[in-house]
Amino acid sequence: MTGNQIAFLVMAAVALLGAAGVVAFGANAVRAALFLVLCFFVLGFVYFSLGAQLLGITQIMVYAGAIMVLFLFVIMMLQLRGHDLSKKVGIDIKSPLAWMFGIALFAVVFQSIVLPMNMTANPAVTSDLGKPEAVGSVLFTTFSWPFEVTSLLLLIGVVGSILLAKRRI
Amino acid sequence: MDISQWIEGLGQGKDAIVLGLRIHGPTLLALIRVLLLVLPILMLVPGLIWWERRLLSWMQDRIGPNRTGTVTFPDRIPLLGGKKVRTFGLLQPIADGVKLFLKEDITPADIDRKIYFWAPAIALFPAFAIGGTLPWGSGYLPFSEVVGGLYSHLTPVANIDIGLLYVLAISSLGVYGVVLAGYASNNKYSLMGGLRASAQLISYELAMGMSLACVAMASGSLRMPEMVRQQEAPLWGAVSPLQNWFLLTPFGAISATIFLICMVAETNRAPFDLPEAENELIAGYHTEYSSMKFAVFFMGEYAAMFLFSGVFAAVFLGGPNLLPVSWERLATSNPQVGFYGWMAWANYWLGPLTFLGKCAGGITFFIWLRATLPRLRYDQLMNLGWKTLLPLAVVNFVIVGLWIVSTRASGIWGGWAVFGLALLVAYVLYLNLAALNKRSDLSVGGRRVRMSEADVTRTIRMVDPNQP
Repeated sequence: MTGNQIAFLVMAAVALLGAAGVVAFGANAVRAALFLVLCFFVLGFVYFSLGAQLLGITQIMVYAGAIMVLFLFVIMMLQLRGHDLSKKVGIDIKSPLAWMFGIALFAVVFQSIVLPMNMTANPAVTSDLGKPEAVGSVLFTTFSWPFEVTSLLLLIGVVGSILLAKRRI
Repeated sequence: MDISQWIEGLGQGKDAIVLGLRIHGPTLLALIRVLLLVLPILMLVPGLIWWERRLLSWMQDRIGPNRTGTVTFPDRIPLLGGKKVRTFGLLQPIADGVKLFLKEDITPADIDRKIYFWAPAIALFPAFAIGGTLPWGSGYLPFSEVVGGLYSHLTPVANIDIGLLYVLAISSLGVYGVVLAGYASNNKYSLMGGLRASAQLISYELAMGMSLACVAMASGSLRMPEMVRQQEAPLWGAVSPLQNWFLLTPFGAISATIFLICMVAETNRAPFDLPEAENELIAGYHTEYSSMKFAVFFMGEYAAMFLFSGVFAAVFLGGPNLLPVSWERLATSNPQVGFYGWMAWANYWLGPLTFLGKCAGGITFFIWLRATLPRLRYDQLMNLGWKTLLPLAVVNFVIVGLWIVSTRASGIWGGWAVFGLALLVAYVLYLNLAALNKRSDLSVGGRRVRMSEADVTRTIRMVDPNQP
């Protein structure tokens, strides 16, 4: 077992525990959100260990730092308590559906990622593929068209949210 | 003086200790780097608190804490009898610390205990972690173009490609401690403080990120030591004896101003201390915290101030360079003047002290602001962040691009000409936008009062509460 594998296993375990915590603490919205933060934060380190520095730091900055703060903000604004979330209305088919899709997803992931990973001793990218220079140059040359389209999408999102939030512009 | 070579050389011996050092050398070195960053901050925090209290009282025409630690020797001791030893109150923070340790730790009823307990720790972590990529010494020996020398091994803690993004990412995590403290305390004032903090930090992060992006664009790297290195280039790419500190470049001055304001907002300091506004929210998010838990919040605030000042020093103030003067280039062009070469080495070895001085200067600036400016109103805070700083930072982004292109194309005068032109265009645009954004509904039949002159005009529209 190489050091890289040990590091990966530790981080993956923490991330999985975090993800499980989101579901387990579903009744307490703030704790569920905090476990999601932990999961995102550790995922960032998984990216680091694979050599994808830019992706990892973006994961931490955007998901752990910005989006989850907004989640927490909304939860605190609404003052959500446990019993608000766990109200049952009628017959709940969500749970069996969730189990079905969950198992199917796990099978796919297991078959395509976990099995090959057993043979991988050092999964880190050896070249500079994950560094900001490489990502930036690819983003602005090969993928400049999708990049611009994405920026347009974000702009539409911004304008839309302003339209929703303000009655008088 | 190359530590890695020294460690390599150790491997020649057969000694078990030496062998262990060779294997664990990098790990030990990393540990030393962390300790060299964290320990000085931990030791300096009491000093900073003393400095804040003394400086603030001096600015407010008070005396401040000047008694603790003053010893008057009793008469029976020969020579020293009746003499006083003054320490200017330097021991006051230690007395405060002892007081905080010994105070009763009150935990309010019906709180979220786990989060309440963890919140101070979560607040402290990003405050210290933000220094992880901060270079407090030059990574290059004088007259050398390759990375080397003692400081390149001791600083920064992690010399990663994404140093600047790391600072932004960690500072964006800083909001959690405050928000969770506010939430877990089961107190409306605390919750209000937490909500204010999260809104404020999210708003000012954007402008901060944009202002740093401008500098990253100019230096062409996100690696902090490399950004410091870029600031040692000739000023504006033309003036060889001086260094190109980003504060001295036109776009960098704008960026630095934006970053400075955002930095104060990110650390929740006056005039942006709305999350803990004492006349509205008692103490905001840490209302319900007492004893050591409060002290941990306090320490986190000071560590964050210190390290943000460090980021400012590294990114805008040339890092560990004392003056924006390139002694190396002066020494190479005037080899007969020995003073220049001597200064280059002094500048290198005194780098950590210079950096510390710059951090202390930043702290002093924080205190000065607190003594000078009244707290912002909430809408003023949001307007400043979203309507002033963010657009300014975006415009600055364009200006940086223009500056880089024009200085490459036509040298320094081209750069300044384009900068002036850009300022003019921005000003005209601003005037037009301001005219468009002027609210017409306020001046018609609204209130116009001229206070200072004799002919006071006052038109007040009476509002009938029953009419919609």
